[in-house]
Amino acid sequence: MTTTVETIGPPRTSVGVLGWLKRNLFSTWYNTLLTILSAWLVYSVLSQLIVWAFTSARWGVISANLRLFMVGPYPPDQVWRPWLVLAMVSLLMGLSAAVWGGTIRTFGNSLAAAYATLIVIALLIEGFGRQVAWLSSPGGEWWKTIPSAIWLTVNLILLVGAYLSARGRKGWQSALLLLWLLSFVVTIVLLQGFVKNDFLPEVTTGKWGGLLLTFMLATVSIVLSFPIGILFALGRRSKMPAVKIFCILYIELVRGVPLVTILYMTQIMLPLFLPGELRVDNVIRAMSGMMFFTAAYMAENVRGGLQAIPTGQIEAAHALGLNEVFVTLFIVLPQALRMVIPATVGLFISLFKDTTLATIVALLELLGVGRSVLAQPEFLGLQTEVYVFVAAIFFIFSYAMSYASYRLEEALGVGKR
Amino acid sequence: MAGEGKDIIICRDVHKWFDRLHVLKGIDLTVKTGEVLVVFGPSGSGKSTFIRTINRLEEHQRGTIVVDGIELTHDIRNIAAIRQEIGMVFQSFNLFPHLTVMQNITLAPIWVRRWSAEKAAQVAMDLLKRVGIPEQAHKFPAQLSGGQQQRVAIARALAMQPKIMLFDEPTSALDPEMIKEVLDVMTQLAKSGMTMICVTHEMGFARSVAHRMVFFDGGQLIEEGTPEQIFKNPQHDRTKLFLSQILH
Repeated sequence: MTTTVETIGPPRTSVGVLGWLKRNLFSTWYNTLLTILSAWLVYSVLSQLIVWAFTSARWGVISANLRLFMVGPYPPDQVWRPWLVLAMVSLLMGLSAAVWGGTIRTFGNSLAAAYATLIVIALLIEGFGRQVAWLSSPGGEWWKTIPSAIWLTVNLILLVGAYLSARGRKGWQSALLLLWLLSFVVTIVLLQGFVKNDFLPEVTTGKWGGLLLTFMLATVSIVLSFPIGILFALGRRSKMPAVKIFCILYIELVRGVPLVTILYMTQIMLPLFLPGELRVDNVIRAMSGMMFFTAAYMAENVRGGLQAIPTGQIEAAHALGLNEVFVTLFIVLPQALRMVIPATVGLFISLFKDTTLATIVALLELLGVGRSVLAQPEFLGLQTEVYVFVAAIFFIFSYAMSYASYRLEEALGVGKR
Repeated sequence: MAGEGKDIIICRDVHKWFDRLHVLKGIDLTVKTGEVLVVFGPSGSGKSTFIRTINRLEEHQRGTIVVDGIELTHDIRNIAAIRQEIGMVFQSFNLFPHLTVMQNITLAPIWVRRWSAEKAAQVAMDLLKRVGIPEQAHKFPAQLSGGQQQRVAIARALAMQPKIMLFDEPTSALDPEMIKEVLDVMTQLAKSGMTMICVTHEMGFARSVAHRMVFFDGGQLIEEGTPEQIFKNPQHDRTKLFLSQILH
């Protein structure tokens, strides 16, 4: 009797929408039950929210105060400066999306979609009779009165134009990184301006507010706490006892104290340490408080990464004749930092949200603006609208950060051991 | 070839303690230029620790080690100078996982020897051809097999153009079918006149390539001789016992 060898085809993998539904949502009776239950839950919550958002919610409180939400007490005739900063970011973003592709391109796309949406909204509000002086000055030189819709369009054009013109230029990567760092400085100069300068009059940080202030607090603290944290982590492992003890003391002291306390301390104590003629304003104090706070946590994150580096790596580098500095720079830190990306992004997200604590030291960041808006008599009782708006903004940016971190981990996984 | 060159490594009465554990108990050994020395012995005998003292991955606490005319002391400059002249290959490869094969090889020549990137890349490519894997130059270590990784590790050590190569059980972590490709590279290197100290249990390699073999046990150098003397007529009981256990 002959036996025929039966060849079994590969299992069918694509089974269409219904198949997917059946496999993932209705595979067993309890899975089905769970699906129905969650669908009902999602529906009941979402439907109410949507009905509320489109019928009874009075979003006028947001549009009437949009400039406050975005830039706080920043002088209306100088609002073109934050706009210019945004334009610079759009330009760099477009270039980066082209040069790096991948996740950054996804971000570029999202940003373009956001601009397009905002343009429509701006046209709806500003276009008909300009009742609301949205995000531009009612009078002054021409660049001060550019309507928001135009600014947004310029941003969109810059973003898309930069992307199209820089496609395939892999060689621009390092130059672009430098430009991003430079833009950080340009931003601060542009926003701050100069004393006795007619074109860029000084806008003290005390006048910064809203989302602008939230962003500046977060980015300055993040950008500066990163290298400081790395230094503290390295210092904690140093063989020099003085350095080591100082770093341990610093890290443990800061980690043992809540951020609120540190913010109060920088408000009250920083002026005591500095010479009398050097006056540091509120925003700088809050920034430094957040920066030193985050640096301590950053240091502990990095230390975790440093400890995870196998000794064989360091021995191999030593055996090649590399000195301690090179070993740290080329072998240890790149691997350690890669390992702590998730923890670090988590830290930055929490710092971004913790900027709301700056309200307690009388800074008008996004949440602070919300509270001050609610204190106006004509907007009494509109807490839901204001807080939903503020929460939505925080969610969008926090989610973007965690998405970026997730994709970054995947992209860097290439060289994994 | 053995016995012709000058003394390049001179160890006198080398002692080493790990806390209270006395792991090297007075090692005296001289290696000449161009010599291929195989170190063998049971695990825990101190053979790995000994070759790691030669490039100061382990510090010896008594005795003297002179490499290429430079004595190993606490002077960092001496250590740096000696490490540039000694290449080392580890049991667990220790390639840098975040760098490509090419970057692994060119890193030290560029930053320690101060070569131009072009020259380093040129040398690296030549070495990759020599170890038989030029097509892997732009992959990451994790994408290579164990045998390929170890050959990259050998190329990485050779890129610094060392005078001496140390091999610390280079084939112990490899699957059997990959051992040969690594041993072939080592044999070829030995034939080219490189001074080599190999800690290995590959007795076939020792028999055909080594000029001299030394047997370690309990932190002491028990016996040394040519492969022929060691295999045919070992003098010490411990050597005989050990050889009978590993040669079936």
